[in-house]
Amino acid sequence: MALQILLNFFLALVWMFMTVSFTPTGFIVGYLVGLGIIVLMRRFFSYRLYTSRAWAVISLILLFLKELFLSSIQVLQIVVRPNMNIKPAIFELETELQHDWEVTLLSALITLTPGTLVVGISDDQKRLYIHALDFEDIEDAVSSIKNTFERAILEVSRP
Amino acid sequence: MRNLLREERFSIGTIIVNTLIIILISTGVIFSAVTALGLVRLPDVYTRTHAASKSSTLGVLCVLVGTFLHFLLVENVFNTQAIIAIVFLFITAPVGGHLIGRASYMSGIKVAEETVRDDMGIAIKKKKAEEK
Repeated sequence: MALQILLNFFLALVWMFMTVSFTPTGFIVGYLVGLGIIVLMRRFFSYRLYTSRAWAVISLILLFLKELFLSSIQVLQIVVRPNMNIKPAIFELETELQHDWEVTLLSALITLTPGTLVVGISDDQKRLYIHALDFEDIEDAVSSIKNTFERAILEVSRP
Repeated sequence: MRNLLREERFSIGTIIVNTLIIILISTGVIFSAVTALGLVRLPDVYTRTHAASKSSTLGVLCVLVGTFLHFLLVENVFNTQAIIAIVFLFITAPVGGHLIGRASYMSGIKVAEETVRDDMGIAIKKKKAEEK
């Protein structure tokens, strides 16, 4: 992926030299032309195009912002309730993520989503221990959230 | 844009921009207040960490975005430091929450009485039994 981005920058530079326009506009036009060339030449790369990965990153960020806002409102409802009969719990989540940065990203996303907090990661990094604020009504919802987060991260890291 | 805003003080654009900024900053203030309320009302350190590390992040985020939009659209200053602050907050807040939770669990602070399930205690016990 990094190779494709570097190649695209290089093509933009070549375009600027060819047209003798050393301006931001010239760079952007050259970058778009280089992007078109890279799309045409996609069969020669061993990995998928970097634009699809960039799109996966953007959709992950949007998903995260949505979850953050929705579950912040949920926490607000719990805190403001007159008698809060919450059921906190620590439960285990098996993850299929392999790399260190994926596990770090997943636990950061889980921690920033209110209602769940990562309190421990097993030594082989296969299991996350997650503290949930309100367990009973949240377990299914949380597991589905994890599936969406995990799937989005897998979509980013797929070669 | 700026001159236009100056000339027509009460144009539609000004009203929309001001409404957006007011909504963002009041949302941030509300979430910060919820954080403080949660710190007082919740039973143990883990549930308090929930309130402290997340609702406050969203609150500060909303306030920062509101400030950024104010300076961008009203004062006409593109303040990149606000964006940097937002990104840094998002990187550091979950790590802080995780470390507080983990450190308090490892030093043996009990979970609240309402807790219905504790998988991590079982896992730690099993690991200690294996080491012995």
